[in-house]
Amino acid sequence: MSDLTNLTIKDALKGLENKDFTSVELTEAHIKAGEAAKDLKCYITETPDQAIEMAKASDAKRAKGDAGLLEGIPLAIKDLFCTNGVQTTAASHILEGFKPQYESTVTANLFAQGSVMLGKANLDEFAMGSSNTTSYFGNVINPWKGADGKDLTPGGSSGGSASAVAARIAMGATGTDTGGSIRQPAAFCGVTGMKPTYGRCSRFGTVAFASSLDQAGTFARTVEDNAIMLRAMAGHDAKDSTSANREVPDFAAAMGGDLKGKKIGIPKEYRVDGMPAEIEKIWEQGIEWMKDAGAEIVDVSLPHTKYALPTYYIIAPAEASSNLARYDGVRYGYRADENILSDMYKKTRAEGFGDEVKRRIMIGTYVLSAGYYDAYYIKAQKVRRLILNDFLAAYEKCDVLLTPTAPSAAFAIGENEDDPIKMYLNDVFTVPASLAGVPGMSVPAGLDANGLPLGLQIIGRPWDEEMVFKVGGALEEAANFTALPHTLAKKAA
Amino acid sequence: MAYLIEGETGKWEVVIGMEVHAQVSCNSKLFSGAATAFGAEPNSQVSLIDAAMPGMLPVLNEYVVEQAVRTGLGLKAQVNNMSVFERKNYFYPDLPQGYQISQMVYPIVGKGEIEVDLSDGTTKTIGITRLHLEQDAGKSMHDQHPTKSFVDLNRSGCALMEIVSEPDIRSPEEACAYLNKLRMILRYLGTCDGNMEEGSMRADVNISVRKPGDELGTRAEIKNVNSVKAVQMAIDYEVRRQIELIEDGGTVVQETRLWDPNKGVTRSMRGKEDAHDYRYFPDPDLLPLHVSNDQIESIKATLPELPDDKKHRFMDGYGLSLYDASVLIAERHRADYYETVANDNDTKLAANWVINELLGILNKNEKTLVESPISAEQLAGLIKLISDNTISGKIAKDVFAIMYETGDDADKVVEEKGLKQVTDTGAIEAVIDKVIAANPGQVEAYRGGKDKLFGFFVGQVMKETQGKANPAAVNELLKKKLG
Repeated sequence: MSDLTNLTIKDALKGLENKDFTSVELTEAHIKAGEAAKDLKCYITETPDQAIEMAKASDAKRAKGDAGLLEGIPLAIKDLFCTNGVQTTAASHILEGFKPQYESTVTANLFAQGSVMLGKANLDEFAMGSSNTTSYFGNVINPWKGADGKDLTPGGSSGGSASAVAARIAMGATGTDTGGSIRQPAAFCGVTGMKPTYGRCSRFGTVAFASSLDQAGTFARTVEDNAIMLRAMAGHDAKDSTSANREVPDFAAAMGGDLKGKKIGIPKEYRVDGMPAEIEKIWEQGIEWMKDAGAEIVDVSLPHTKYALPTYYIIAPAEASSNLARYDGVRYGYRADENILSDMYKKTRAEGFGDEVKRRIMIGTYVLSAGYYDAYYIKAQKVRRLILNDFLAAYEKCDVLLTPTAPSAAFAIGENEDDPIKMYLNDVFTVPASLAGVPGMSVPAGLDANGLPLGLQIIGRPWDEEMVFKVGGALEEAANFTALPHTLAKKAA
Repeated sequence: MAYLIEGETGKWEVVIGMEVHAQVSCNSKLFSGAATAFGAEPNSQVSLIDAAMPGMLPVLNEYVVEQAVRTGLGLKAQVNNMSVFERKNYFYPDLPQGYQISQMVYPIVGKGEIEVDLSDGTTKTIGITRLHLEQDAGKSMHDQHPTKSFVDLNRSGCALMEIVSEPDIRSPEEACAYLNKLRMILRYLGTCDGNMEEGSMRADVNISVRKPGDELGTRAEIKNVNSVKAVQMAIDYEVRRQIELIEDGGTVVQETRLWDPNKGVTRSMRGKEDAHDYRYFPDPDLLPLHVSNDQIESIKATLPELPDDKKHRFMDGYGLSLYDASVLIAERHRADYYETVANDNDTKLAANWVINELLGILNKNEKTLVESPISAEQLAGLIKLISDNTISGKIAKDVFAIMYETGDDADKVVEEKGLKQVTDTGAIEAVIDKVIAANPGQVEAYRGGKDKLFGFFVGQVMKETQGKANPAAVNELLKKKLG
């Protein structure tokens, strides 16, 4: 770990501005760190040559006095964002070798603001998973180690992004969050992850999983770095009918100061049965920190929380089953060699998709089928509305909600694999905010008895990311989370 | 007169509903900016969205929405303030997304109606159930390679209006009249060019038979009926097939059948048991479509006069017969042409000239009105010469023939050829005197009671004047002179 890779984005921007170092130097330091951390499998595709080119261009741009919001900052890009001329796989065999001839709006915005792409970060296949083990290209490994040095999952689906930021091989990373895919891996890897309001970032050029839930977001090591990144990538896009035509505020400017007059809601339904004592403890700790910062704690109720997970596992697979129909072997990606059309379809999709993707396509196809549609899909849509109403009612009484991010710390690779339902339970605290479309952030709050990071989640009002950043900043300050992942601590020692 | 088919067991009634797919006249597609021109090189008009590349999202074309609203208003239909695009899921190589974006539960246009004119001089109102917007599919090409099929995505994503009728149609004639009238309305509105040969208008026909007064029978849906004539033939065939099937003790099964224009038969394409489960659900990439009353009103304000309104105005205002009015309003351009001719002229005379002379000769020469060498203003000039007695109707036909050849104005032709009508009574009298003198026998016979010979004298006078004598003056003077 060099000094350059340990910088925050904010400090790196300052250093670049002061000519303490160049973007090329900053980028090279991260490429080098990435080479040393290859065993974490954070990337599906590394783009070091392109990164250096981008860094050179960025240095030139800065020299001309034309610096963008993220000028010269090297980032990992989740391999769900289409990148012009660079393989984009969604961690699926079916898209292996696919090079888009277009750029996603999120990456286009980031590049326009000067950021440098280090590579395409590994993820669960089509963002379906909570452990990164469904990636066709091998699972990402968490830089934090379990007891006896056991390899742990980084969480998912944005596991490569979270792991890369935690391991200091990228200063920040893009993620996407459909049911917790940013917040849960952020918690597992001890970094901060932000899922903004649905519609804040364009979905154009992002490989779709569940269109009504998918939302791009950020990973970085501080709350403020997330704020800087989000400002650079968000914004209205005429190419996405669901992107909101709203001004993008300077999120970082909303941070700082105490929380006097702010009300923090504690939803009682998030005290689930069998929640580990350590999760309970960190939550209590978080509540105390909020009080210390001057906030008022308010008990609130989100009565439909218990229906969130089943609702999510109807709506998300339903949309996925349709969104993934385009991967048919006809126009791009993997095609099985068969002479009869229906055989080609079947074999292409049987060989191209992994088990979890197939499972969700089957579930989705089932819930949309004639005779089941009303009982499952329509019902789920109604419940989804009730879940949103729960949040809106709670925000009558408070400004943000504070909850744990995940029901456990990072678990070992291979754990929970035997039982999909058990795996789905990882998302129990993150899924409701996804269904409601409201912004949510995970901030590292402390370590459990095994020395593994635990995250707390702040859930805000629709479009009020500024409040989430403000409260997140206060939580970060109180928690003062400075622990290093084991892979780095070992080197530092 | 009810159209009933005589079977072995008695009379049968035919019940028909139509689903017409009309491609919206628009330079770009329903959800992408790609071009829509007909006949372009394969795959030259395909955007990333039309090819369903990963991460691509549909963005609704506002002009198409306007066109659908315009069509709804033209069909005197309810335009819905809120409609929803849904996905119809199925796999086919010419359907890149793996689903067609269509409207299911909430279409943009609801109930409306069309008035059709029938050959017995009656009119009938056919109900419109709904109109919805949807994407067209691409085209599979199986004749390009011995072992492979190719796909052309030019049509993929083009905007279609599916216009569904109530099962109000009771005969092949009504079906054809419905299709013709619908096409006429769409062309008036400029929302679809109605070109069935190019596939921009396609019809599916739902057919069932029953004994008059019975419940509706089981229907078969006939696809690939791509001309008005084919509609007539497909119905004739299918009705016969169903009646014979039932009378032989069989039952009609609900199925999709394909019209084979070469063999002149319908054949089963897929039965109900093979029907797809399309798993419709609202497209999460698109928000519900809202059209405000203000938007509807402002589109309404731009509507042209519709065929039926025009027809009634031509009958009431110009005193035309239903037949003449119907012929003239068949195309918007034709009606405009007529009105230019009729302006400041005898409206019925103008109708006669447009229908019998102009359309007659154009039809004979296989030309359309747009290609007419005689402009509406020129034809109006010719009729004016008839009305003010400059030339006779008979001479006018000669002038017309010359105008058609040369494209000259009537005035010029009349002037150059010296065809001006003689109305000078002195000149006509002189000719009459000459004729009487030259035909003493006929004069005697006429005066002896052979009244029919009057026409002979008229003919002689006309011959002498090369047809230029005013017929009324000739009649009057002849009567006087012959006593």
